[in-house]
Amino acid sequence: MRRIGGNERHRIELTVNGRSHAGEAEPRMLLSDFLRHRLGLYGTHVGCEHGVCGACTVIVDGRAVRSCTQYAIQAEGATIETVEGLADGERLNALQQAFHEHHGLQCGFCSAGILMSAVHFLKENPRPSEAAVRDMLSGHICRCTGYDGIVRAILDAAGTLKDQTKETIGE
Amino acid sequence: MKPVAFDYCRPESVEEATALLHELGGDAVLLAGGMSLGPMLNMRLVRPSVIVDINRIEGLDRIVLNDSVVIGAMARQGDVMADVNLLGEVPLLEAVLPHVGHFQTRNRGTFGGSVGHADPSAEIPLALVTLGGTVELTARRGVRRVPAAEFFHGVLTTARRADEMITALHWPRRRRRSGYAFEEVAQRHGDFAIAAVACMASLGEGGELAELRLAFGGVEDRPILADTSSFIGAPADGASAAEIAAKVADGLEPMEDIAASADYRRALARTLGLSVLERAFEQVAGS
Repeated sequence: MRRIGGNERHRIELTVNGRSHAGEAEPRMLLSDFLRHRLGLYGTHVGCEHGVCGACTVIVDGRAVRSCTQYAIQAEGATIETVEGLADGERLNALQQAFHEHHGLQCGFCSAGILMSAVHFLKENPRPSEAAVRDMLSGHICRCTGYDGIVRAILDAAGTLKDQTKETIGE
Repeated sequence: MKPVAFDYCRPESVEEATALLHELGGDAVLLAGGMSLGPMLNMRLVRPSVIVDINRIEGLDRIVLNDSVVIGAMARQGDVMADVNLLGEVPLLEAVLPHVGHFQTRNRGTFGGSVGHADPSAEIPLALVTLGGTVELTARRGVRRVPAAEFFHGVLTTARRADEMITALHWPRRRRRSGYAFEEVAQRHGDFAIAAVACMASLGEGGELAELRLAFGGVEDRPILADTSSFIGAPADGASAAEIAAKVADGLEPMEDIAASADYRRALARTLGLSVLERAFEQVAGS
């Protein structure tokens, strides 16, 4: 059984975007803070820090989850995907490109989390309806776009944009 | 917002976990999915000296279809939502789970965590009370099962003792000639329900009510199972539904808070109650 004192730092090894990483953390260090401040992966944003806004969403062992409501120590040995893993160098992946084309972001603060949710969501729902996309997005808060561009981008990336009736997505 | 420093323990078996709880008692807090505890820790509403992380106990997420349906405490809400065999046996959960948080929180949130946290508006506790399920509690000294209707004592307060952990929930399987329905009103989809109502209605051969379980969440300080005994034998029709909903809503003592007044909650309870009763009756008639 793992047992660590509150002020003890513990070495945590995990895989992020296909590479092994390690860093030290006290038990109370949030996974979001660990990714940012120990590993220097500042793409994951921290918004509300109580699991509501979705900005910090990353993929842990295949599932899109909040990184602000779990501790780095819990992710020991885990495989994590963050927004830094999406693009191939300067080349955006299909989902990022769709966000770019459909005005799926403005300030970009919420985007990292939404992209990671969408990656997992599309894996489970390769041909989602607009309603299903909106339901998934209910776990995120975006204050710039009004969500329409985000919905369109995700449907486009899934190849289902043309299946949707045009009036329901405001075209 | 960061939690206060806490010691961290990660038991690998129920035996290790219950031994820890025996040793630490009320100083320890069990960490399941962390979808409620995480925010409370970050906001420092709770300041435990020790956190017992039960995420790596093997088998605690088991799902077994026996005489009853057993859902392990660490079964993730999203996994149960995707389990069509299970949903076929507990149809109320199919109606309820889309309202439990969001895709991202259901990926992490657990059944045992939701029940152990005991938020008055939470849907899983309401469903368990509605169906007459039980909560399995394990301590070093043994295992006991508490009926859901007796488990919830008030806001974030349950029958769980400090040395016990929830290990599973036991759900009655679907019955013949029964209908199940759920509805809620929240400010946003996935948000805390201002009022939620669930029901199970079983009909006799003549279309009369043989069993009726109707429960309310978010209205009082815990899920409330209504007394519907005087309606057993009544016809399962729209007139009965209206009468039952009105009588039961009158008997509630709703909470008042920033989201809604007591009167508004009572009105919601009546309207949603009528709607779930009608839908449950129609389901049986149509089957």
